[in-house]
Amino acid sequence: MKINDTLPLEYSTEENSNKVFGFWIFLGAEIALFSTLFAVYFTLWNRTGSGPSGSELFELNGVLWETFLLLTSSFTCGLAIHAMRLNLKKPMMIFFGLTLLMGLGFLGIEISEFVTYVQDGATLQTSAFLSSLFVLLGTHGLHVSMGFLWGAGIMLQIKRHGITPETANKSFIFSLYWHFLDVVWIFIFSFVYLKGLM
Amino acid sequence: MKWSEFFVTGEPMIYGAMVSIVLVSLAILVGLTYFKKWGYLWREWLTTVDHKRIGVMYIIAALIMLFRGGIDALMMRTQLAAPEMKFLDAQHYNEVFTTHGVIMILFMAMPFVIGIMNVVIPLQIGARDVAFPRLNAVSFWMFFAGAMLFNISFVIGGSPDAGWSAYFPLASLEFSPTVGNNFYSLALQISGVGTLMTGINFIVTILKMRAPGMKLMRMPMFTWSVLITNVIIVFAFPVLTVALALMMFDRIFGSQFFTMSNGGMDMLWANLFWVWGHPEVYIVVLPAFGIFSDIISTFSKKNLYGYKSMVVSMLAIMLLSFLVWAHHFYTMGAGAMVNGFFSITTMAIAVPTGVKIFNWLFTLRKGKISFTTPMLYAMGFIPIFTIGGVTGVMLAMASADYQYHNTMFLVAHFHYVLIPGTVFGVLAGMHYWFPKIFGFRLNEKLGKSAFWLIIVGFNVAFMPLFFLGLQGMTRRQYTYSESTGFGPLNMIATVGAFVLAIGFVVLVYNFYWSFRHSPRNEGGDPWDARTLEWSTPSPVPVYNFARVPEVHEQDAYWYSKKKNVPLYSGEYESIHMPNNSGQPFILGIVMFLLGFFLVFSWFIPAIIMGVVTVIMLAWRSFERDHGYHISAKEVMATENKLRGDSV
Repeated sequence: MKINDTLPLEYSTEENSNKVFGFWIFLGAEIALFSTLFAVYFTLWNRTGSGPSGSELFELNGVLWETFLLLTSSFTCGLAIHAMRLNLKKPMMIFFGLTLLMGLGFLGIEISEFVTYVQDGATLQTSAFLSSLFVLLGTHGLHVSMGFLWGAGIMLQIKRHGITPETANKSFIFSLYWHFLDVVWIFIFSFVYLKGLM
Repeated sequence: MKWSEFFVTGEPMIYGAMVSIVLVSLAILVGLTYFKKWGYLWREWLTTVDHKRIGVMYIIAALIMLFRGGIDALMMRTQLAAPEMKFLDAQHYNEVFTTHGVIMILFMAMPFVIGIMNVVIPLQIGARDVAFPRLNAVSFWMFFAGAMLFNISFVIGGSPDAGWSAYFPLASLEFSPTVGNNFYSLALQISGVGTLMTGINFIVTILKMRAPGMKLMRMPMFTWSVLITNVIIVFAFPVLTVALALMMFDRIFGSQFFTMSNGGMDMLWANLFWVWGHPEVYIVVLPAFGIFSDIISTFSKKNLYGYKSMVVSMLAIMLLSFLVWAHHFYTMGAGAMVNGFFSITTMAIAVPTGVKIFNWLFTLRKGKISFTTPMLYAMGFIPIFTIGGVTGVMLAMASADYQYHNTMFLVAHFHYVLIPGTVFGVLAGMHYWFPKIFGFRLNEKLGKSAFWLIIVGFNVAFMPLFFLGLQGMTRRQYTYSESTGFGPLNMIATVGAFVLAIGFVVLVYNFYWSFRHSPRNEGGDPWDARTLEWSTPSPVPVYNFARVPEVHEQDAYWYSKKKNVPLYSGEYESIHMPNNSGQPFILGIVMFLLGFFLVFSWFIPAIIMGVVTVIMLAWRSFERDHGYHISAKEVMATENKLRGDSV
């Protein structure tokens, strides 16, 4: 394995730099995926049938907490990568741990919100608006859940092997993914919740 | 659920198919055991991560699917041969045209194109493999799992029957209550994810792994076309992913996306489907354009005319391909502004396509043309594709389209585009690159006979459909009365279809004949060709290039041959190679089962398979696999053997 010392660890081999580049392209595909889901939502958002509309359903309190947790977790994720570049294993693990805990908190609120919706009689089957809402939020939530498992797996690997070109590469790619989910959430927050509450 | 609902019953032809599936499977199992080939199959093929072998598997799968889809086509043509035929009933006919369309586009054209990409691209850019070899194997097995899931639908559960475009509300649970369209959404989903990963893999490969000196504007035209195709894949396939997921939610979980009540919007499906579907057409056509460019240049002994305009026109086609989707449903009633916009963008595609046609013609001009089999396909392609293109412009005009919409005219049009544009392309490419992989050429005489049967059969089969369409015969109608007067032209078309089928039989017989009798030892460059792949020995060793080539010009190998500039210099070094892995194959099986369980709404086994998938992803993440090295000495020994000590 040829290691180029002039580059950050996560880019230091050809394989690593290919992986980072490949992941950027994957994020491009993810943008297309979420764009389509948003397009579906915008098409259907006022087609509520006999079910409730967004303004009847949404409550800002939980959503604000979700937003706060996810945005902060993105910040700690950035700090983890910063620590990684300084080769500080322990702070990196702590910041990653915080990131994942906040991700878990986000998921907890989202799930309890879904439960409330369903208890209020607003299910996936109720109306086109609710179908598109659940699928858009659910896809994002599924991404966060997968991210949680993935991040936990990477933390175990760092614990076992330390900060190596391989684990650094994985961590960096994970951070790209986590930031991306944050960006998607900002769109959900603005165009689903805030617009829906108006 | 009763067994009689699980298996398709009551159709003598399907009983026949079941028996033959069981017999063929048994024959394969017994054959593998008798010849002790299980280990060979597992080590050399099922676990391979070598792009050449993955490419060959894609092409074999595509050829099998070509025959499956071809038999569907012959069944339809038999049913339509004469008025009031009783060969298929309406339901069976619906299933047959649906599976014909899906299989030919998604499980024949796509894997054939991707197979050729796999075989050729790393060789053409001077790379030792694709960027992510393991992911490449995952892509293949995902495709294969999807293809098999789709194909078992006709004996288990029943085939989808709402057309290959599966329009709602027809494809909804209300109007298509069998599991057929569940097969559609899940099989396409699984293979679509595989295709998306291929797209990412090849973009990275082409942009990051080219040999030193191969700037973007020195790439062979096929490489360019594949790069652009993969960009389309990465941006179009997520739309299909979403559309199919919503379809699955509607059909299996009772959501209201495309339903007729509770706010659902059926035309949303048509829009999503074609936002993917029209770019998809270019995904299968652009690589063929690249193949033709390379072949025409090679067999005219000239460099490609208008290289830059070729690239620019493909980029233009890429952008326009995302802006034309609504031309598939002008009759939806979206209004004059929308139809006008999509009319103009659709007609605009004719411009870059026309540029390419003229470039090929100018490449031929004053060239020293040799009419080999691949060149014949390229020569056949130009006029036939032009007919397809011109009728496409006719269909592009929204007001006129109200007359042509959903008639046989449309059927004739897209076959006139896709068969020369894609099928001729991949067949030409297969004949052209065959010696690179296997070390011998396909027989020219048989190849040319197959070509003439195919091209004559094709025109006889599809030209009458233009006239039938203009006379008012609609697509997807399973029978017609004698008083319509459609009989004679339909009979001609059916005869043509059978000639076409004979052509394909000859084509496959050619594999057998050439495998037995073709001369070996023709060297690495039997066509006197121009690009890097021909500078390697045939068959190509597993590491592709013993030394990394140095590129100075377009058509690097031609330049090196004419100017006597060596492509390779320096000492042999040890080569790093990826290890084989059984995981992609196992993941394919898991995906197949996951899809199968979801089709029948068996949620508990489906959830188990989902958990297994996550475990496999984690397993892969924790795996420490750094590949192996082939030593410099070993490389030198292999090269000396393959090249006869001459280099």
